[in-house]
Amino acid sequence: MGRISLEGISKIFGSNSATALGLVEQGKRKSDIAAACGAIVGLRDISFDIEEGEILVLMGLSGSGKSTLLRCMNRLVEPSCGRIVVDGVDVTRLGRKDLLAFRQKTFGMVFQHFALLPNRTILGNVGFGLEIKQVSARERVERSMQAIELVGLKGWETKYPSELSGGMQQRAGLARALAADADILLMDEAFSALDPLIRRDMQAELRELQRKLKKTIVFVSHDLDEAVALGGRIVLMKDGEVVQIGQPEEIVARPATDYVERFVEHIDLAAVLRAEQVADRSAPVLAPTQTVAEARTALGGTNGGASGGASGGSWLVADGDGRLVGRLFADRLASARPSETLAGLLDLGLPVVPAESRLDTLLATVAAHESVAVVGRDGRLIGAVTSRSVVQALAARPGTHGQPKAGAPILSKPSGAPTWSGTSPNSPSTRSATTASTGSPSMAVG
Amino acid sequence: MPPWICIALAALAAYRVGGRKIGLLTLFGLLFLWNLRLWQATVETLVLVSIATAAALVIGVPVGIWFALSRRAWRTFSPVLDMMQTLPSFVYLIPALPFFGLGAVSACFATIVFSVPPVIRLTALGIRNVPGELVEASDAFGGSAAQKLFKVQLPLALPTIMAGVNQTMMLALSMVVIAAMIGAGGLGRAVWQSIQRLEAGAGFEAGIGIVIVAVILDRVTQALAARARPHGAA
Repeated sequence: MGRISLEGISKIFGSNSATALGLVEQGKRKSDIAAACGAIVGLRDISFDIEEGEILVLMGLSGSGKSTLLRCMNRLVEPSCGRIVVDGVDVTRLGRKDLLAFRQKTFGMVFQHFALLPNRTILGNVGFGLEIKQVSARERVERSMQAIELVGLKGWETKYPSELSGGMQQRAGLARALAADADILLMDEAFSALDPLIRRDMQAELRELQRKLKKTIVFVSHDLDEAVALGGRIVLMKDGEVVQIGQPEEIVARPATDYVERFVEHIDLAAVLRAEQVADRSAPVLAPTQTVAEARTALGGTNGGASGGASGGSWLVADGDGRLVGRLFADRLASARPSETLAGLLDLGLPVVPAESRLDTLLATVAAHESVAVVGRDGRLIGAVTSRSVVQALAARPGTHGQPKAGAPILSKPSGAPTWSGTSPNSPSTRSATTASTGSPSMAVG
Repeated sequence: MPPWICIALAALAAYRVGGRKIGLLTLFGLLFLWNLRLWQATVETLVLVSIATAAALVIGVPVGIWFALSRRAWRTFSPVLDMMQTLPSFVYLIPALPFFGLGAVSACFATIVFSVPPVIRLTALGIRNVPGELVEASDAFGGSAAQKLFKVQLPLALPTIMAGVNQTMMLALSMVVIAAMIGAGGLGRAVWQSIQRLEAGAGFEAGIGIVIVAVILDRVTQALAARARPHGAA
């Protein structure tokens, strides 16, 4: 079970909620229920878990119920039915007093329009949550100042909110939530009121803070780019229902409904895709112990550079444990004596990136170095990102251009695609077969 | 206490609250009243108005809070407030007389009833107008109802409440002549007597006295309200 667990949450607005709940259980449509008993279905039977330390983005257009769902978690909005379990405590059953104490201890909230008290300085605002908890004045100042430093507002603590820019006010809002030392942050459209540049900075900083502080963050947003930038799972909502839950790349690759597909249509793929998904796994990989002659046989009829996506005419070379050693350029292979081993011919200047890095951060490196090796968390080589594999990945947007060709492991989990790391690097023959089918350099890319 | 000390202290207080302009206004206004031999009457009027305003606040602010937090109370009693403000002020003298008899107490009672509605209304209005997100912030951090009221709602409603105080004071002052009819002293009695004796000059002097007191009280309470406004807000 996750940190927060939602089980069958529904929310009915208006009177007649009992009747409406019955109709919800029968699976009646929102408009039918409104016609039948005049009640509005705000949320319908929502269940999912939020893991410890993740950034979960609740996303949807206005009116989709995302803010209502967020407020159900700390019961600012009472759910009409269902359970919310946080750290093993059923929040929906807490009495008034226990609920207040639980909110003080567990939840920090950040609001769209900052919700800072205009009659207090930044210091006074940041200490608000601690004041509610009746923390002593000295400790309050101390902890508030720590939070203020953490969000980079040091030197502004004696100013009033009206003297700060929007971005700085929201930093103060964030500091207020952090100072209270609650480890679940509920952020309601927290960056939506900021201008785009500031918003991007804040998103990056939030990720950074998250890495440092390991808070669990539930972030409400209507902006898919923002959801992607925050880098966590996305819960896509429509009309009070969850349409799809998943990593951004899963949602972009396999939209569950037409609605999701329309939603993700204009997303910047480069920001969503991870290196491991773009990497060409089908290119043959050589071993440093092989001789030039063996390598030539292994590569078979394929001539350097033209196949396997190893553009610029090079192949990756890895040792028996699947660890990257270097790359071998085709021209060196061609000019070498057949009895030489590959170890002496390698180029070791190949850039290496972790599997989870986003494609947009790699583009410059790929452009400069022809290819970039992608390495998994266990240190094993996954494949190479080349300019060709990048173009293929970007061209493969579902629903717009053609589906990716079979054998090119783009946008799909490695399950079906040939994985390299498990097999011996000394038997690339099976690989060659896949390579051949991957196609010629003239393959259409959109 | 000799009048000149009182006048000096009042002017100083007004200066501290509202700056040089209001300080000078208070100084010359009160000196003028002293010069008209209306000092005693002015003090009596000020006492009546202050007591009535204080009592109106003690009653009005809690009732205003209640009206702000309970929609039902607001709906039920809002017409009563309308009636209190629209009934001719003479009518309040009628119930006051059998209970308290002729004199300052009855006058004070009638003045309070007449002047309490604005402070109730504006307190309720001020609390209701606190942005929902701020109230929600208090809830989200686990604030109790009392913490929400004293840390968020009342401080933010304070400028509006101060406007109510100003209105209440002005209404109390407007009752002084009527209150004089049932025996209250002060400038009101001076006006009432001169009407009965057809002394136009004396009546005019007392009338000017009431205007001066009104202007001073208005400016000082407005300056107080301005100070209650949050930093940086216009």
